[in-house]
Amino acid sequence: MNAPASLKYTKSDEWFDPATGAMGITDYAQSQLSDIVFVEILVDEGDTVDVGKAIASVESVKASAEIYASAGGKVSAVNKGLSDKPETLNSDPYGEGWMVKVEGGAAGDVMDSSAYEKYCEERSH
Amino acid sequence: MTYIPISPKERDAMLETVGVKSLDDLFEAVPAKHRFPMLNLPAALTEMEAMQELSNLAQANENVRTDLISFLGAGMYNHYIPSVVDHILRRGEFYTAYTPYQPEISQGTLQAIFEYQSLMAALTGMDVSNASHYDGATATAEAVSLAYAQFRGKRKKVIVSPTLHPQYRAVIRTYVQGMELELAGDDPNTSLDSQPDELANLIDDNTSLLVVQYPDFFGRVYDYTKLIEAAHARGALVCVVANPTALALFKTPGSMGADIVVGDGQPLGIPMWYGGPSVGFFTTRKSFVHKMAGRLVGETVDNRGQRSYVLTLTAREQHIKRERATSNICTNQGLIALGTAVYLSLLGKKGLRQVAELCYQKAHYAAQQLSKIDGMGLCFSEPFFHEFALCVNRPVAEVNAHLLDHGILGGYDLGQDYPALKDHMLIAVTEMNSKEDIDTLVHVLSEVSHD
Repeated sequence: MNAPASLKYTKSDEWFDPATGAMGITDYAQSQLSDIVFVEILVDEGDTVDVGKAIASVESVKASAEIYASAGGKVSAVNKGLSDKPETLNSDPYGEGWMVKVEGGAAGDVMDSSAYEKYCEERSH
Repeated sequence: MTYIPISPKERDAMLETVGVKSLDDLFEAVPAKHRFPMLNLPAALTEMEAMQELSNLAQANENVRTDLISFLGAGMYNHYIPSVVDHILRRGEFYTAYTPYQPEISQGTLQAIFEYQSLMAALTGMDVSNASHYDGATATAEAVSLAYAQFRGKRKKVIVSPTLHPQYRAVIRTYVQGMELELAGDDPNTSLDSQPDELANLIDDNTSLLVVQYPDFFGRVYDYTKLIEAAHARGALVCVVANPTALALFKTPGSMGADIVVGDGQPLGIPMWYGGPSVGFFTTRKSFVHKMAGRLVGETVDNRGQRSYVLTLTAREQHIKRERATSNICTNQGLIALGTAVYLSLLGKKGLRQVAELCYQKAHYAAQQLSKIDGMGLCFSEPFFHEFALCVNRPVAEVNAHLLDHGILGGYDLGQDYPALKDHMLIAVTEMNSKEDIDTLVHVLSEVSHD
């Protein structure tokens, strides 16, 4: 399991990058979902999102999940390429797999990487 | 296998578990006088007597196979059904009340659905078909749900052509109750002489879907390419409700650019019965497959590399996606969809085209002859397939009663849905109507006009 130290994490397995305002799903989340076959971003550029609001919907071969905003703010960009390449979420969840960028907002209830790693470990037992 | 569900021993164990001594104790809450009321039924019949009684009752019905010449269509059509269709449908492997989808035990069923889907996609000119819906009307309503979901509820207007089947429009109205959608164009008082391209004037940036019928409810055939382009220019989707027989003869909605093509599969080897059950086909483009309701069977390989079939993309369905799914419909019409697949595979591409050509030619002969009758006339001048509106200049109910006296099931009374078409009937002609049948209709209607 991989959780970069520069990012913040939610209990519902999303990440947030305070430096860029980007957010997405964690490596743990993609491994739990298995092969992701469909991604739909539910917000548009210019929308204002609150912490906890659904920003994307993801379907894998066996499950479906909503992805919630780990930080609030004004949406400055959405990753439009994801819908054509949903498998990017499996291969590069922290890089090319970013979903939405917000600006001028604040993160919600988030953990640092070591706390998140511990949280994932607890759940895998 | 015993048909007695429980043994006395099992019954006693159950009674003991719930804490009563006997079956009578169990029913104590029901007042004694209501437990075994006298029903005052006639004496039981023997099998022979019962069969006689039932045949007498059945003979009171008149049917289009042996008793009546039918010119009634309006959504259900009298076509010839090869006997093989019924023979395959009655095989025990398929004849179940519930479609078994488990790939380990249901390769036959799944392959049949896959073949059905492939045939429907080819017929409509679309990428993908689901495993079917209840009928054409519910399939059309599911198209509205797809468009609503595609725009995540942000586009709130659906344009419904006034020449879409009135019952389909009614089903759409039922489906969208509470969805905060605005229906436009759904007005039976709209001038029916207006051209479909005029619907383009209703399309705006708030429009999610435009629904048109092909051929339209009055049998008229239009090329919707320009209308579809106009809808796409505003970002809206277009659903074409098609008659599958007509698709063997005319340009496919897929080639016109339609986003969704739906319709009723009844013309493809399914009897008219009493108006159902039927089957609705639903086809769309690959880009919308995740928003499509219903089951979808895909082809794959098993762990030995053999070709096999399995439900696919199920995570979009309501049993997994719950309230976020496009629709709460998972059901398909497995058996009837199979019937259409058998019919299509028997007729083949050429056979279906022959059926469509016969319908077209016979309908045009009928229209030509009927339009010569004094005081009657065709309502529209546009090209049509196998159905047309005829003005009979007197109440359609009266005309149909007269036709029925002569063994003819007359056309659909258009005045009940379109006030402007009072005294107009919709006449359908298929390959089942011989030239003599048509001449009889013309003859009897001429008598009516001279009464």
